[in-house]
Amino acid sequence: MKYKIFTIFALFFILTAKSFALVSVDITRGNLDPLPTAISDFYLDSKLGDNIKKLQLESKIPELIQNNLSRSGLFFALEKKSFIQRPEPAHNKPRFEDWAFIKTQVLVTGKISLEKEGRLRVEFKLWDVVSATELSALAFYTTPDNWRRISHMISDKIYERLTGEKGYFDSRIIFVSETGPKVDRKKRLAVMDQDGYGVKYLTLGNELVLTPRFSPTSQHVTYMSYFKNLPRVYLLNIETGIQDLVGDFPGMTFAPRFSPDGKKIIMSFAQEGNSDIYTMDIKTRVVEKLTDHPSIDTSPSYSPDGSYITFNSDRSGFQQIYTMKSDGTNVKRISFGEGLYGTPVWSPRGDLIAFTKLYRNKFYIGVMRSDGSGERLLTENYYQEAPSWAPNGRVLIFYRETASDSSGRGGGAKLWSIDLTGYNERLIQTPTDASDPSWSGLLSGK
Amino acid sequence: MLSNNLSKVALVLVVTLFLGACATQQATTTKGDDAYTGTETVKFLADGVPDRVFFSTNKSELTSAATTTLGKQATYLKANPTLNVVLEGHADERGTREYNLALGERRATAAKNYLISNGVAANRIKVISYGKEKPANPASNVLAWSQNRRTVTVKTN
Repeated sequence: MKYKIFTIFALFFILTAKSFALVSVDITRGNLDPLPTAISDFYLDSKLGDNIKKLQLESKIPELIQNNLSRSGLFFALEKKSFIQRPEPAHNKPRFEDWAFIKTQVLVTGKISLEKEGRLRVEFKLWDVVSATELSALAFYTTPDNWRRISHMISDKIYERLTGEKGYFDSRIIFVSETGPKVDRKKRLAVMDQDGYGVKYLTLGNELVLTPRFSPTSQHVTYMSYFKNLPRVYLLNIETGIQDLVGDFPGMTFAPRFSPDGKKIIMSFAQEGNSDIYTMDIKTRVVEKLTDHPSIDTSPSYSPDGSYITFNSDRSGFQQIYTMKSDGTNVKRISFGEGLYGTPVWSPRGDLIAFTKLYRNKFYIGVMRSDGSGERLLTENYYQEAPSWAPNGRVLIFYRETASDSSGRGGGAKLWSIDLTGYNERLIQTPTDASDPSWSGLLSGK
Repeated sequence: MLSNNLSKVALVLVVTLFLGACATQQATTTKGDDAYTGTETVKFLADGVPDRVFFSTNKSELTSAATTTLGKQATYLKANPTLNVVLEGHADERGTREYNLALGERRATAAKNYLISNGVAANRIKVISYGKEKPANPASNVLAWSQNRRTVTVKTN
């Protein structure tokens, strides 16, 4: 019940997107009224060889697009068997009355043909059924094994055309895969597409690894590892597998994140019972100390323009959220509600900070404006933390743990996502238990 | 009749006030001072020398039980001057991962400083924090959490 009030409130400070189509999706509301959408099978050019035909991309690509759009909660995909018009004529000249008849407002069609050297040309068109017009058409060229990325990029184009905002489907998530009993948990770095497909393990699980974070500009990840029993911050290129110790300080380095330009790592360094915040320039290795306080200062996160940092400190006696300028000056406490606050993360849109809150023995994921006003709690549970923003700042991913019984069994960790509106909470399937998710930027760039 | 009713109201008020006071009292105790005092999970470095000390929620101050234990550890370490130790600081699972890493480090350092002030050479002691990553008791209840808020002294040679 509480969440409804928050949603209505959200309407006032999230800018409404503009869109020129008659049909459009208002993503500032909860997904109370998802847009009826028909995604037709694509049609295959008759010149395609059997080796391509057997991949069945004409149905797999639309299916993946449909999964993406449905999971966003903003679209309601109509069942394929209700479609009257066949894929080829629908793509070339849709009979809008056939599509209006099944009560769809939007139609997606496509065509797959062969280019030189075995490359595919995948073309899609987005149609406004209500006004009987074509909204957009684009073609992508790729190798057949790259069809998933093409599907994600098409999904992003559709999302962007109908909501007026960038999509987030062509992106990946890095996380920690967890197996084994709680007292001896095996943790490995893993990466997957945002829809949970294609999980790839990046470490063997010989040492404890925690809190991986994607670079906003490259396929690099920074994380904490207990390699040789020395808890330190590392940098990993997930394409080459090359690893690099960056937090080689005489004590524990932890809680790393990239600066928005990807050139620095900001992290905590703990020594003699005191954790402070430092940055390190990845190229020059120049280190700068930003906070100098006998309390715990940790979980730093840059604003998207790089001029501010939000962080977690217990300098008031309890865990609270603070902001400061990126040179460490102008420290300001911004969380004043009841309870403890942790893991602040600045939205890629710049307006909001997501956080974890502990209040009366429950954990919440919430957001507040960067001046601390307008606190909204999105979800409540036994244990959940570590929100990470989708590249468009509309969705948060986090992990949630369930309690174990008195013998220590039954506890587990899973990844979940939720819309900024507080609606559309979804489990993200992973082959093992999972924690510490971090969303990449859009792979195809801005 | 009226006065009878009034006295009932008064009685109710007194009871409410009393209960209110109780509740406040209880809240403070669970929040401020809930370090584990039992012996389950405790191991021994040597006869009569417990290997670990316990902390209250979100705290890294040493309790009097903790200083007693660390006093025994200091005596033992001074009697065995070739021994080196690592102090492993831990937190319970009811906190964010990164803050708990820092808290574990603060707890291990508190124990380290006590050993040093009791005559153990600083270069014999290392600290490491595991945050909430290595619980001694994997259950999700108040008892387990109190057993997991700890610093454990481990011999390294």
